[in-house]
Amino acid sequence: MKQEEIKDKLLSKFGSDMILASVDFRGQISVTVLREKILEICRYLKEDPDLAFNFLSFVAGVDWYPKTPRFEVVYQIQSLKHNHRFRVKAMLEESGDNLASIDSVVPLWPTANWHERETAEMFGITFNNHPDPRKLLLPDGWTVHPLRKDFSLYGTKEDTPDLPA
Amino acid sequence: MGIKGHLNDTVHVTNLEWFVNWARKSSMWPLGFGLACCALEMIAAFVSRYDLARFGMEVARPSPRHADLMIVSGTASKKMLPAVLRIYEQMAEPRWVIAMGACACTGGIYKNYAVVQGIDRHLPVDVYVPGCPPRPEALLDGILQLHAKVMKEQSLHNPRVMEIKVAAR
Repeated sequence: MKQEEIKDKLLSKFGSDMILASVDFRGQISVTVLREKILEICRYLKEDPDLAFNFLSFVAGVDWYPKTPRFEVVYQIQSLKHNHRFRVKAMLEESGDNLASIDSVVPLWPTANWHERETAEMFGITFNNHPDPRKLLLPDGWTVHPLRKDFSLYGTKEDTPDLPA
Repeated sequence: MGIKGHLNDTVHVTNLEWFVNWARKSSMWPLGFGLACCALEMIAAFVSRYDLARFGMEVARPSPRHADLMIVSGTASKKMLPAVLRIYEQMAEPRWVIAMGACACTGGIYKNYAVVQGIDRHLPVDVYVPGCPPRPEALLDGILQLHAKVMKEQSLHNPRVMEIKVAAR
């Protein structure tokens, strides 16, 4: 299926309430979807026989600081059956002390497990119902999120100590 | 003359400390252990082109309990550091450390939150081999410098006593 057809199929199924925006960049279309519906939309993308996105290439995060909403989660998906690709995004916002959160897509694509763990620790995004919400790359005791734009590259002795206390 | 001549020069008279140092430096076994790209240059130093075996060091020990020398070859990330220290603690005295490459010496190009800014913050380094990565010749030179250093040690009268920070686990 062509990118345009995938987008139209999503729009006709979910409507513009859930498919918030779409961008065409050099023939690659990415759609921004409603944060709360990410699991539902991904399930449709995976299980619809014409789409059959059975392979998740990656999950990544973006920090748009100082814009609001601040965070974006990107899902790059591929169908090995039909040999087509697509990109889905969702915008997230922190509220006070609560980290931004979105539903985990591990039930659909087990690959998402480690990708979401990395995104979670690097950006401080909570993936709801994640089966294994430990840190992946950072030492266990750290509470900072190094890929945020307001994080100092050098860290501090308190936040990023050489050895666990 | 004396006892050497009496025995037709079949014995060599020296002092015990020299002999102990000579024995230590002549069969100094490195730990088979690499952290990053420098480890490939270290491997090159082991194989026949550069032939570390010329200096009695051909056996890289997989177990720290058999090893005398830790070549910290590469970038020590903060996540890796507790494991490096734990391996060092398991090595029997006397033990030596070579910091190989810019990263092990100072953190190198990785001046950031994730990398230890020089392994000498946590281990007693004997010889620094700078370079990114250093060629095998540079590592061999560092090893020969270490051998010279070992020969000067007061191994019996004033043995090395190391106190290092115990890694949390």
